Amino acid sequence: MNDEPVVETFELTRRFGDLTAVDAVSLRVQRAEIFGLIGPNGAGKSTLIKMLTTMLPPTSGRATVAGFDLATQPAKIRRRIGYVPQLLSADGELTGYENLLLSARLYLVPRAERERRIADALALMGLGDDRDRLVRHYSGGMIRRLEIAQSTLHRPAIVLMDEPTEGLDPVGRHAVWDHIRDLRGRLGAAVIVTTHYMDEADVLCDRIALIDRGRIRAMDTPAALKSEVGLNATLDDVFAKLTGGGDERGEYRDVRQTRRAAREHA
Amino acid sequence: MSGESAVLGYFTQLLAVADAEVRKLRHDPWELFSRAIQPMLWLILFGEVMARVRGLAPGSGPYLDFLAPGILAQSALFVAIFYGISAIWERDLGVLHRYLASPAPRSALVAGKALSSGVRALSQAVVVYLCAAAMGVHLSLAPANMLAATLLIALGAGLFSTFSLIIACIVRTRERFMGIGQVLTMPIFFASNAIYPIALMPRWLRSVALANPLTYEVDGLRTVMLAGGRSSYGLGHDLAALALLGVLMIAIATRMYPRMTE
Repeated sequence: MNDEPVVETFELTRRFGDLTAVDAVSLRVQRAEIFGLIGPNGAGKSTLIKMLTTMLPPTSGRATVAGFDLATQPAKIRRRIGYVPQLLSADGELTGYENLLLSARLYLVPRAERERRIADALALMGLGDDRDRLVRHYSGGMIRRLEIAQSTLHRPAIVLMDEPTEGLDPVGRHAVWDHIRDLRGRLGAAVIVTTHYMDEADVLCDRIALIDRGRIRAMDTPAALKSEVGLNATLDDVFAKLTGGGDERGEYRDVRQTRRAAREHA
Repeated sequence: MSGESAVLGYFTQLLAVADAEVRKLRHDPWELFSRAIQPMLWLILFGEVMARVRGLAPGSGPYLDFLAPGILAQSALFVAIFYGISAIWERDLGVLHRYLASPAPRSALVAGKALSSGVRALSQAVVVYLCAAAMGVHLSLAPANMLAATLLIALGAGLFSTFSLIIACIVRTRERFMGIGQVLTMPIFFASNAIYPIALMPRWLRSVALANPLTYEVDGLRTVMLAGGRSSYGLGHDLAALALLGVLMIAIATRMYPRMTE
C-alpha cells in the first residue's frame, strides 16, 4: 500500500512549563517521501523530531510511526527508524568502522551480514580509506556521512534527520542531499529532515511543512506553496507572508529562551 | 522473536556498549597509566608510614597486607565514581542520543556501561597486585582466588559507576557533578574498612560502614587476595551484597538514563 502513511500525527503537542514548543501538529508522511520541517531556529522542529524518535514524550496528542503507536510501542518504533541528531553523534574516540560496528550490534543486524553491510556503507559514503581513522580526525562532512551510514545499517523504514547540513560547506551539503535522495531510492525509506535553509528545502523535499512558534503554518509541495504567493516567489517569501514576519523571527534570544525553558522543565 | 534469541540480542547489545568502551581505552591507554599512579602512592607513602603504627591491623598480620586490598578497592572506586562525568559529556556531544534512539533496552545500555567500568577497574588490579608483590605483601595467586578477586572488583566498579550515573542524571551538568563527586568519594572511602578496621570506629560510624558496599568489597578482597586471608562477613555474603546493590543501581539508572536527553 503506497499511500499508507509511515508517520501520522494527531494534534501532537509538547509544552515546557508555559512554553508550547510544539502546538497541535497534525501531519502525514508517505513511504519514500522526503518531507521537510522548515522554520527558524526555535520553531519547534527539534522538539517534534525528538517526540517522533521516542526521545521525548508528548504532552498531548498522539502519533503512529512505522505503524506503531508512539505512546505504547516506543521500542518497536526504534527498531524501524534511523535518527541523525542535530549534534554530531558519532563517537570521536572510535574509528569509523568501530562506530558502524557499534550501531550494527545495537540494531541487531544479523551477525552474518554485519561485515558486508558495514563495508558497503563505508564504500557508499566514500569513507573506505578512512575506516580505521579515529572519527575525531574526520571533517564535519565525513562525520555526517558516517552518521547517515550508522543510522541506516538496519534498513529503516523512516530516517529522521535534524539539521543534517548545519555547519557543512557547500560540497558537504550537496553530498548530504545526494545521500538523502539515495536513501529514498535505495531503501524506499521516508526521510523527515529539518532545516532552516529555504533553498535547501526547495530543491530537496517532496513536501514541506512550514513551522513557526510550534504550529504548522502551511504544508504542501514547494512549487504549490510558491505559486500561492506569486510568480518568482521563493520559499522565503512564502514564509514571510505566512508568518507576517520581517526578520525578527528566530532570533538568538528567542532560541536561547526556548532551549532554557526546555531544559528547565525536562 | 523467540525467548532465546531475545536473550541473545540483549547480550549482543550489552556487550556492544562495553566493547566500544574497551576499544576507546585501547586507542588511548594513557588514562590507564595515569590512574595507576595514585594507588602506588597510597601503598608506598601512606602504607610505609602507617605500617609503623602498632595495633592498626587486626590480628598479627602486617599492616601492608591489610592495606593492599583496601587500596585496590579504593582506586577502583575513585575511577568509577567519576564515570558520571563522561555520561554527561556524551550527552553534551550527542553520542548519548545515538544510544537512546537505538532499539537496545535501556537496561542493556546501563549494564553495558557498568561492565566496561568493571573492565577498566581490572587494570588497577594489575597495578596494585604488582606493586603489593614488590612490597612484600603476602598475596594469594591461586586461580580460584584471582577469579574471585576479578569478580569482586568488577562488581564494585559496576556498582559505583552506575551510582555515579544516577547522580549524573540528577545534577545534569559537569560543573555540578565535579563538586559532588569529590564530596561522595570521601565518606565512601573513610566510612569503610579500607584503611583501618571497623572495630576502631565509634559506634555510629560503624553502622555507616556496615551499610557501605565498599566495606564488603574490601572484606571480600582481603579474603581472596591474601594468602590465608579471612573474611569477617563471609565471601558469599560479600558477593551477594555487591550483586544485589548493583542490580538495584542498574534498575534505578535504567529509569533515569533515558531522560538525560530531554
